[in-house]
Amino acid sequence: MSAAITGTAETAGTSTSTASAPSAIQGTGLTKSYGGVRVLDGVDLSVPAGSVLALLGPNGAGKTTLVRILATLLRPDAGSARVAGFDILHDRHRVRRSISLTGQDVAVDELQTGAENLRMMGRLTGLTRAQSRFRADQLLERFDLSDAARRRISTYSGGMRRRLDLAAGLVGHPAVIFLDEPTTGLDPRSRQDMWQVISELVRTGVSVLLTTQYLEEADALADTIAVINGGAIVASGTPTALKQQVADQRLELTMVDRAAFNQVHRDLGAKVLSSDEGRSTVSVATDGTSGDVRRLLDDIDPTWQRVRRFAVHEASLDDVFLALTGRPASVAGADREPSHV
Amino acid sequence: MSDRVLTISSPETITAPHIFADAASMVGRSVRLSRRNIEVLLVSLMLPVILMLMFVYLFGGAIDTGTAYVSYVVPGVLVLCAGFGSASTAISVSQDMHGGIMDRFRSMDVSGAAVLSGHVVASVIRNAASTVLVFGIAFLIGFRSNAGLWGWIAAAGILLMFILAISWLAAFVGVLARSPEAANGFTFFLMFLPYASSAFVPIDTMPSWLQGFSAHQPVTPVIESVRGLLAGTPVGNAPWLAIGWCAGILLVSMLLSAVAFRPRTR
Repeated sequence: MSAAITGTAETAGTSTSTASAPSAIQGTGLTKSYGGVRVLDGVDLSVPAGSVLALLGPNGAGKTTLVRILATLLRPDAGSARVAGFDILHDRHRVRRSISLTGQDVAVDELQTGAENLRMMGRLTGLTRAQSRFRADQLLERFDLSDAARRRISTYSGGMRRRLDLAAGLVGHPAVIFLDEPTTGLDPRSRQDMWQVISELVRTGVSVLLTTQYLEEADALADTIAVINGGAIVASGTPTALKQQVADQRLELTMVDRAAFNQVHRDLGAKVLSSDEGRSTVSVATDGTSGDVRRLLDDIDPTWQRVRRFAVHEASLDDVFLALTGRPASVAGADREPSHV
Repeated sequence: MSDRVLTISSPETITAPHIFADAASMVGRSVRLSRRNIEVLLVSLMLPVILMLMFVYLFGGAIDTGTAYVSYVVPGVLVLCAGFGSASTAISVSQDMHGGIMDRFRSMDVSGAAVLSGHVVASVIRNAASTVLVFGIAFLIGFRSNAGLWGWIAAAGILLMFILAISWLAAFVGVLARSPEAANGFTFFLMFLPYASSAFVPIDTMPSWLQGFSAHQPVTPVIESVRGLLAGTPVGNAPWLAIGWCAGILLVSMLLSAVAFRPRTR
């Protein structure tokens, strides 16, 4: 199956003023199999210039494969795509000169300093020695790494590495930026810093395709979210639209006993997001407001006897998948994609 | 053309990949990385010297080659060390292949050939430095040469060609290997080739079944030419054989690297 995605075009105004907003990325029917297993199953997607698309999905959903195809590192078995206006199959060199890819692994040299890594990238994008030096200093300043410029990467913290890695991708002023799980493995503080950096980057008018496993991250950064699972896009829209569809909060109720659990389960029927018979818990969607929670509790437990405890949780990616696909994310696609290195 | 940054960032102006400029950047990178990898640097500089001292003082007394043993063994030590050096080249190439950096280089339109050339040139420079060091110490402990300037130039040329060929072979192994550890293992056999040659003992002292192999494997003509050229004795067709082998290994390795690179980066 395939689904078309169209992002909001309000932010596209900076780079062009032509009538139809040009696409930074336009892909059709992208398909890829490894050893008979379909990793991508006819993906269509479109990222308007100047906007951010978040590809949200669990491990093995096909996110990295899709990014590698669009970045010309992998050939699709079928389908076509244009990135920055160039065909990914017939115009690879031009595509490559217009993009940057920041992958899951930090792709800078441990034994070079931050400044040396950036200057090297400058030389490789065709800048002169002096221009490379200037650009490196500029980026180090912007990413708050000036103090660490002369230190080797091996002395950097995880967050600093990611920031430098991102900076390394920006040396050549790319028009389209791919960020493959830019915050995976970072502590909450470094993740916040990284979000800040990415938001600022977006304001400069570049187009971004980022992949993530975190709903919160997609929500914070993207104009459009495409949910990918099992190699196909199962839903897409603005974060707000998607969250309304999914319910971004979840009320978890622990019942006093098995009888109460069964009764509530029966009463709620299809409203149950998830349940755990062993722990006697049932989850339902809520918007998190006191009015909504109160109403739900009154409906479920009018006589104040059935619920032992309740808690409101942020919707997790698992909840999103459950809501969109009717099955947990891990089952849907865990073993489909070989890990790329 | 005053603002070249803008020219470069607009993709329409890029027509040909600037592979030579990229290769130069990659050489700078690889040299800097090898200079900073202290363990590897020390091993590649010290090991040849230690091996030479070991052969000369531990085994040399028991081996009769008809000349001062140090003069006999130096070419063998150098060839052995080219094998050791190649292991670190294969490992660095493999690390690039399996880390994220190869994807980044490729997504920046830097060709694989440029990246591999960087590693190979750094490898040649490392080996050349250790070769100079070995000669220096060898002179201190009694190595003597009757060669004139042309003899030295010819010997250096053949050694350089051998190092270059072995370095490209190592780069190919690095591209092919599934992991840096495997790359290391692959090059192990390179270090054994010199033992079954005239590097440390004359071939006619070997069992007859081994003599055929030892006399015709690529390492033997390299060693025979370098030894003969430095001693100022007739070398026959050994230099031509050596050049032929080196050119063959070089061409095949470059070709195989290019072939192996594609599926490994799909």
